Amino acid sequence: MWTGTPLFPESASTMATRVDTLYFFLVALTAFFSLLIAGLIVYYAVKYKRRQPDSVGAAIHGGLVLELTWTIVPLLITMVIFVWGASVFFAMARPPDETTNIYVVGKQWMWKFQHLDGQREINELHIPVGRPVKLIMTSEDVIHDLFVPAFRMKADVVPGRYTSIWFQPTKPGRYRMVCAEYCGTKHSGMTGEVIVMDATEYQTWLSGGTPEGSLAEGGAKLFASLACNTCHRPDAQGRGPVLEGLFGKTVTLQSGETVVVDEAYVRESILHPSAQIAAGFQPIMPTFQGLVTEEQLLELIEYIKALHSVPQVQTR
Amino acid sequence: MASTVITPARHYLNDGYGITSWLLTRDHKRIALLYLAGVTFFFFVGGAMAVVMRLELATPAGDLVSDETYNKLFTMHGVMMVFFFLIPAIPNVLGNFLVPIMIGAKDLAFPKLNLFSWYIFIVGGLFSLYALVAGGVDTGWTFYAPFSTVSSTTNVIPTALGIFITGFSSILTGLNFIVTIHRMRAPGLTWFRLPLFLWSTYATSLINVLGTPVIAITLLLVAAERVFHFGFFNPALGGDPVLFQHLFWFYSHPAVYIMVLPAMGVVSELVAAGCRKPVFGYPFVAFASVAIAVLGFLVWGHHMFVAGESVYAAMIFSILSFLVAIPSAVKVFNWTATMYKGSVSWETPMLYAYGFIGLFTIGGLTGLFLAAIGIDVHVTDTYFVIAHFHYIMVGGTIMGYLGGLHYWWPKISGRLYNEGLAKLSAGIIFIGFNLTFFPQFLLGYLGMPRRYHAYPPEFQLLNVLSSAGASILGVGYLIPMIYLTWSLRYGRLAGSNPWGAVGLEWTTTSPPPTENFSETPTVTWEAYDYGSPVEGHVA
Repeated sequence: MWTGTPLFPESASTMATRVDTLYFFLVALTAFFSLLIAGLIVYYAVKYKRRQPDSVGAAIHGGLVLELTWTIVPLLITMVIFVWGASVFFAMARPPDETTNIYVVGKQWMWKFQHLDGQREINELHIPVGRPVKLIMTSEDVIHDLFVPAFRMKADVVPGRYTSIWFQPTKPGRYRMVCAEYCGTKHSGMTGEVIVMDATEYQTWLSGGTPEGSLAEGGAKLFASLACNTCHRPDAQGRGPVLEGLFGKTVTLQSGETVVVDEAYVRESILHPSAQIAAGFQPIMPTFQGLVTEEQLLELIEYIKALHSVPQVQTR
Repeated sequence: MASTVITPARHYLNDGYGITSWLLTRDHKRIALLYLAGVTFFFFVGGAMAVVMRLELATPAGDLVSDETYNKLFTMHGVMMVFFFLIPAIPNVLGNFLVPIMIGAKDLAFPKLNLFSWYIFIVGGLFSLYALVAGGVDTGWTFYAPFSTVSSTTNVIPTALGIFITGFSSILTGLNFIVTIHRMRAPGLTWFRLPLFLWSTYATSLINVLGTPVIAITLLLVAAERVFHFGFFNPALGGDPVLFQHLFWFYSHPAVYIMVLPAMGVVSELVAAGCRKPVFGYPFVAFASVAIAVLGFLVWGHHMFVAGESVYAAMIFSILSFLVAIPSAVKVFNWTATMYKGSVSWETPMLYAYGFIGLFTIGGLTGLFLAAIGIDVHVTDTYFVIAHFHYIMVGGTIMGYLGGLHYWWPKISGRLYNEGLAKLSAGIIFIGFNLTFFPQFLLGYLGMPRRYHAYPPEFQLLNVLSSAGASILGVGYLIPMIYLTWSLRYGRLAGSNPWGAVGLEWTTTSPPPTENFSETPTVTWEAYDYGSPVEGHVA
């Protein structure tokens, strides 16, 4: 029953090897210093064991050279680890330019995934092998944390924010996905699987579902039904800013500050419109807090992102 | 050693009998014993929770208790152990007993405040116990918002109130120690003649006074958001959940040093007495305590590398976390070097000191994994973290506490315990501890998250080993309870200095008189002056 006990996790992403290499270095370092200290303690305890009940030790008070040695050597070693750990982290924090983006919404106690093409999944995530995948994540309720041990990757999923992680799977298979931030009663049941498929299988899977249209298309419908389009018009005649080509740009706010239009800014502008108003506009937009769900927000964001590439003014 | 050992006719234990002579006492030694009763009680409450948790985790399925119960168990285990055992244990039991005696004073600067602190501690503990009895609380000891403020339907407020109240006990005791060490040292007892235990107690007191108000405020904010729906942390109300984590860890990371610094002080005393020579590099060990206390305030962000902190903030907290490891390393090397050319005892207190140094070394080095951001991303919130901090808290703090309790027990009680049983239980604790927590490092790297009520079957072997270790550890903790209690009545008389140690506490009788010394001592010697005719030589 215990023959299949692993002592080391599977490695299935480009990052896993980098993390493991640093890990093994630290394991070796820990073993070396632990054994050094333990060895010295045992050696001294035996060698200098008290023989007579009234014997005392030599009156040694210290030594500056030794003190400096065991201050500076650990300092140098830790600085090496710092730089190494930080460089791995930098790679984790910087996704490549071209990634397959997938949206994640965590809630007590399930994971919901939305692919750009419209496929939706719960507690299962299908992704292609060998391509970088970026997850853009938020939560409907409390803090969760999406963790895929085989990818050595996790990040908190925080309500009111978007966090993201990226990874590039290196081999097809099914990998455990868990919630790593305690989130209430069924926390230990908030688990699922990442299913990494080769390219053709993935294409079959993508076309196999019956999606209700892509995320951006869903966003377009919402944009009309929530009447966003009465003020946000493509022709600069509306009472709100033109959204075409806006995503990714830097805009100036009324306060004079500048802000990059990213997922977080779009989200805040929908939920708390008066918080960061673009220069030249009045704070007349109503809040949509409570009117749109986290998933609808993601559709709207995807729609606004898609407006990025279309020409500014269409001929009628 | 040939002279007959007798109990002094008059000492603090026979200076008044009856319940009020204890409950209204202003004697720091009696108050230390009141704390001993309190923390021992809370330790066994917290330990009982751990026993049920480890039983549950012996099988992969969540079958012994429900998920709801399990969540309440680990929450109360954490709350009881952290706030009502680990933080108060060494300062309030050993510190209370020793601070005045070690400096040649009659009592602490504010004896009534000291007694009041104990009552605050007990009232706080009872509030938290009430929360437990009235249905429990399921937020984890970390109280992360918005779960704690919006989602949890359990007794968050009574628990938080208990911690809030107990915080005042920490602050007042810290203040009492600081004033006492500044103002009441015996003539000739300069700062650099102080036993190192007092340096670490002083550093701990600084953190207590400066840090505890922050957790108090944080818990008030949680209560305000929960009750009045003020939007501090809940994004739906315009709050920021990550703000909670900043506030919480601004106290709770320094709190780790509140828990381990006093144990480091104890170990310095044990090593000096156990080797009968001065602690190697006294000023370095002393200032390492201060450095840890100061740097400890600057590393809280390393709990939040995956919580949405910016890459650059993470880098700064990472490098500062590596820096705080240095003074700890310095201490370990100095303790080890102290054994060189010592007259090394193999008695029980020294066994605990060896255990502490070894386990703290592993605990400290595994901290480097967590400070290295690239690895932290993988292992944070897993059993790796659980294993790491139990190596520090249980392998470090509890080893130090038990070592100190055994070392000063003859002074506290005037009696000797059974050395054979004491050695046996120290060995059992060491083995049980490692068997419990070492497998958890492997589980963590494998990706088993903490706070999981059920887990995949392939993790069972390691979990069974851990549960087996926990049962051994539990037995190891019960044995000292028995023989120490037994020794109170039946133990051989200790005499004033059974270890042949130096230090003012060994110059007075065992147990000491209420006023500690018949006349105020004058100190003309350095700390740990064993008067060896042999001057050693070292680089």
